[in-house]
Amino acid sequence: MGWLPEPVERLLEVALVGELTVVGPNGRPITHPLIPLHDGERIYMHSSTLFSKKLDHIKRNPKVAVALSDPVAMKGNADRATIQGTARIIEDDPHSQWEGLILGLWRRKEPVIDSFLKMRVALPLFFERAVIEITPERCLYWAEGDTSRAPRVSTAPHAESA
Amino acid sequence: MAGVTVRGGSVPAHPPAATDLERLADYPFVVVSWIDDAGYPLSVATEFETDPAGGVVRLRAPAGDGLAIPTDQQVNVIGSHIRPKPGEGYDERRYLELWGTVGAPIKGHVTFSPSRVWGWDEAEVPFFEYSERSVPQSRHYLARLSAERGRIIRPRLSPFWLALRTTRLPFLSATVVPVLLGIAIAASHGAFTWWTALLTLIGASLAHLAGNVTNDVFDTRSGADDANVNPTQFSGGSRVVIYDLVTIRQLSVLAAALFAAAAAIGLLLVWVTGSLTLLWIGLAGILIGIVYTAPPIMLVYRGLGEIAIAFAFGPILLLGAYVVQAGRLSWEAAVVSVPMGILVALILYVNEVPDRVGDASVGKRTLPARLAPKTVRQGYLVAALAAFGVIVAGAVGGLLPWPTLIALAAVPLALRVHSGMGLHYNSPYTLMAVMGTNIKLHLAVGGLLLVAYLVTILVAVLG
Repeated sequence: MGWLPEPVERLLEVALVGELTVVGPNGRPITHPLIPLHDGERIYMHSSTLFSKKLDHIKRNPKVAVALSDPVAMKGNADRATIQGTARIIEDDPHSQWEGLILGLWRRKEPVIDSFLKMRVALPLFFERAVIEITPERCLYWAEGDTSRAPRVSTAPHAESA
Repeated sequence: MAGVTVRGGSVPAHPPAATDLERLADYPFVVVSWIDDAGYPLSVATEFETDPAGGVVRLRAPAGDGLAIPTDQQVNVIGSHIRPKPGEGYDERRYLELWGTVGAPIKGHVTFSPSRVWGWDEAEVPFFEYSERSVPQSRHYLARLSAERGRIIRPRLSPFWLALRTTRLPFLSATVVPVLLGIAIAASHGAFTWWTALLTLIGASLAHLAGNVTNDVFDTRSGADDANVNPTQFSGGSRVVIYDLVTIRQLSVLAAALFAAAAAIGLLLVWVTGSLTLLWIGLAGILIGIVYTAPPIMLVYRGLGEIAIAFAFGPILLLGAYVVQAGRLSWEAAVVSVPMGILVALILYVNEVPDRVGDASVGKRTLPARLAPKTVRQGYLVAALAAFGVIVAGAVGGLLPWPTLIALAAVPLALRVHSGMGLHYNSPYTLMAVMGTNIKLHLAVGGLLLVAYLVTILVAVLG
């Protein structure tokens, strides 16, 4: 299973927003606030086809970072973390594939999603989605969110052995 | 993303100004990101101070090995705000993203000089509008994915929802109410055949759906629906072609099929009743359904849309339904058809308010596109009160039975719509509730008139 430090897993469990940073076409970082989901091993984010530029960026360069930084979006948990990893886009069927992969995780974190899904007819393109599957490689953790102190750094076992 | 016209974002990408840094100052912290030595993005939340006059942001430098913000590359700084509302979703969503370079650290801080900024604030561009503006991005993405996979990948809806959305089925109340009223008035005159009544209802409904679909075909072709970035559940068309849920060809075939089915039922009723009057009424109805948006006549582009709709959903439907049952015209049915026509035209009229900018841009001369907001509101009140005035005059003049005055109970709904238009005229999404109330007004008046005629029939039967 996963290797992320337990406090970081706790953050991932509650975070309603995280900042996904990808590498843009000219090598610049670009950041997108998104809801992060976690199955204990990988982090899943997802994107509507309406806002799909980030998917193109990831396909060009799969190196990404996920920052968990906002206590309001993490139910008052003041810790902070940044997870660097490699992303893969899952987009064989943007209409329904994401439901099988992540709807359970999304529903567990945000039960209201079911009521939005019932209104799919109102905004059909919003629910045409691709999944961003992130394999964590390195993690930086700041207890109490204090980034003026050095973070605790962890590295994925496979990355260490490599 | 070459070739994509991205129309999103309330703050389109631009060189930063002092106002951008003033906006940034409202965020409690920022996340600064750069590309580390291993080629991964690295993001760290930090405290900051803005200097709008100097055009710079002072960032507290993160501590730790390898966390020095590089001075030789473009870094990204984002301020992001969202308020999770458990059980409801989110609100107060906004973010502001800047790119630029930082100088060497001085006393634990670095100076960030932004050269580019963009962002989104849902208080300025509502989420639905932001989504609508991003539709070209979705189309481009799916087209490229289709090319990559060697198969067509398109958005989908279940057949039920697609049919509902494509035909705008919920608007059928505008047809059902006048048709039932025409049948009820005929019944109060002693003329009623259940199966021709049922056929009338089905035929009229098919003609209405055909008109809706035809309207979408031509509004899509003219660019009117594409130009409208504020569609609501009541306005802006079905958008099924814009969303690539169906093709324009499929939509055209559907319109033709629906018109053909409606015409077949209409001709059957003409044959059964032997009424040439019904033939002319049916032809007029189908003609209006087509030329409402179809060239070269395009009634709605000539400022005749509201009148055409009032005529089609008032006299044509109500008198048509009456003639099927009674075989002749009636002054009483004609009088009742006037308020019903006005109230349906008022549904269109209010629903045109959020569409007015897009409509005007493609030459659709609807009343809200041509008139000042105050005049549009006054026009609504005058027309709604006129509808009730016709009912009162009809009852007082002896053309309508006294129970029809019960329809006046719906007057408060009209006043609510008038007041709501004043409050929400420039806010398409909050105007939706007003549009809903306006539809209820038509249903309420029609329903109360129906009750009045059922009472009249009952009294006649018992008497």
